[in-house]
Amino acid sequence: MYEQIRRNRRASWLLMGLVVTLLAALGFVIGAAVIGGTSGGLGLLGVFGIAAIAWSILGYYSGDKMVLAVSGARQVTHEDEPQLFNVIEEMTIAAGLPNPPAVFVIEEPTPNAFATGRDPQHASVAVTRGMMQMLDREELQGVVAHEMSHIRNYDIRFATLVGILVGMIALVADFFLRWSFWGGGGRRRGGGDSNDQAGAILMVVAIVLAILAPLAAYSVQFAISRRREYLADASAVELTRNPLGLARALNDIAADPRPLRHANRATAHLYIENPLKNKKTKEVSGVFDTHPPIQKRIAVLLEMAHVGPEALVPGRRAATVAAGAGAPAVGPAGVSAAWAPVPAPHEPPPPPAVPPAPPA
Amino acid sequence: MIAVIIIIVILVVLGIIFAGMYNSLVGRRNQVDNSWSQIDVQLKRRHDLIPNLVEAVKDYMSYEQETLTKVTEARAAAINAGNQGPQAQAQAENMLTESLKSLFAVVENYPDLKANQNVLSLQEELTATENKISFARQFYNDSVLTYNNKIQMFPSNVIAGMFNFTTRQFFEAPEGDREVPKVDLR
Repeated sequence: MYEQIRRNRRASWLLMGLVVTLLAALGFVIGAAVIGGTSGGLGLLGVFGIAAIAWSILGYYSGDKMVLAVSGARQVTHEDEPQLFNVIEEMTIAAGLPNPPAVFVIEEPTPNAFATGRDPQHASVAVTRGMMQMLDREELQGVVAHEMSHIRNYDIRFATLVGILVGMIALVADFFLRWSFWGGGGRRRGGGDSNDQAGAILMVVAIVLAILAPLAAYSVQFAISRRREYLADASAVELTRNPLGLARALNDIAADPRPLRHANRATAHLYIENPLKNKKTKEVSGVFDTHPPIQKRIAVLLEMAHVGPEALVPGRRAATVAAGAGAPAVGPAGVSAAWAPVPAPHEPPPPPAVPPAPPA
Repeated sequence: MIAVIIIIVILVVLGIIFAGMYNSLVGRRNQVDNSWSQIDVQLKRRHDLIPNLVEAVKDYMSYEQETLTKVTEARAAAINAGNQGPQAQAQAENMLTESLKSLFAVVENYPDLKANQNVLSLQEELTATENKISFARQFYNDSVLTYNNKIQMFPSNVIAGMFNFTTRQFFEAPEGDREVPKVDLR
């Protein structure tokens, strides 16, 4: 886990450096093409570079607020949503975090959830209304444990920065492309023929770069999410000691075909499952998927619980809870598991198919 | 001269390693203490919630006085056991859990109660508190495991022996053959 935290801290710095460099380069090429000459390039390089640094700092400190605002999330208190609040507090204790994250609700019927922030002291969890209505307490616990693992790992810092910075690169490149297509380039005047030719070449380079920059940025985004989701699933089980809760929750989420209105390409990777729903049931993950195939995640969780897919059927809930799957359930059943005589095992059985085993 | 420098370098490196081990032991010990106090907070919270629950259900349950009395008595016993060490406390809290379980089972038989908003929200709070207790216990036991491992494993056991770090008890360890944790319980 500490290895994970270190990696996320380093990755966050690298990402900010990369984005500043990329934008400065973009600024130089666009500047040279549009304003003309090296001085124009350097001028726009400076402007873009400073803007990128400022935006990185802003993204680091208030990226979470931007993400929450874009997602239409509203902060709630214990009085508003006692059960959600309690489940989050339970998982905070299980994870040994000093204080619970801020709790937000997104008023949408599609079940989904995400966590954001820069460290466990400045973290937020957002859950959709549909998630709270559709899932029982045990399943909600699994989902919240998954988000808590992202918080504990500092995944949230990196993922939030990716959203903010990738979003910006896409925005800038998009803006430039549109602007150049609508004849913005015609403002170059007064130069000689040779200058015009050089300008044309630079223009092509600028357009190519403007297309490539967001692609590069997106591929960073795709690369990060998939392994992290498996890892967060595994650590969620370490917290709840109940793989079935999360497995059933993912099953319910997979069953819902509706896309999340408030999600977009810059924030999609934050969610527990891809909110943009080009839902596939395929077993292999494509290059441009932000999330691993949900069926595969469910299969891994079921394997941890040593049960078959029939355990996902709601009718069997009572039976699996009685079998002592781990964490306490709703109501009276919850009381029973609370004081087991033996200290709980330190680690759940390692997931057989998860890429890297989480460092203990 | 060179030999002296080498010896000094070795001593400094050893000192840094020792300091690192000592600090990590202290950190682990503090984590154990802190996670213990987390359990304690949740236990108190449960003790505070129970009178409200009893108050809310007692008018409906005139025929179940015995169950209610058991809960009240178990609560009193659990509060009393609070300063008798983790062993006695765990036992008393187990009794309380059992009595609550039978109370909730009885509530299932009263449709009026199951529909009562106040009882429902108290039930949610108590369920949450039970869960928090069990998760706090889980975290405490994990912390104790890591801490005890550090104390007993080479090389940190050398430092632990020098500075009198002692192993801690799991929340439900068998008979008190280990040293009782030094925790302040009221």
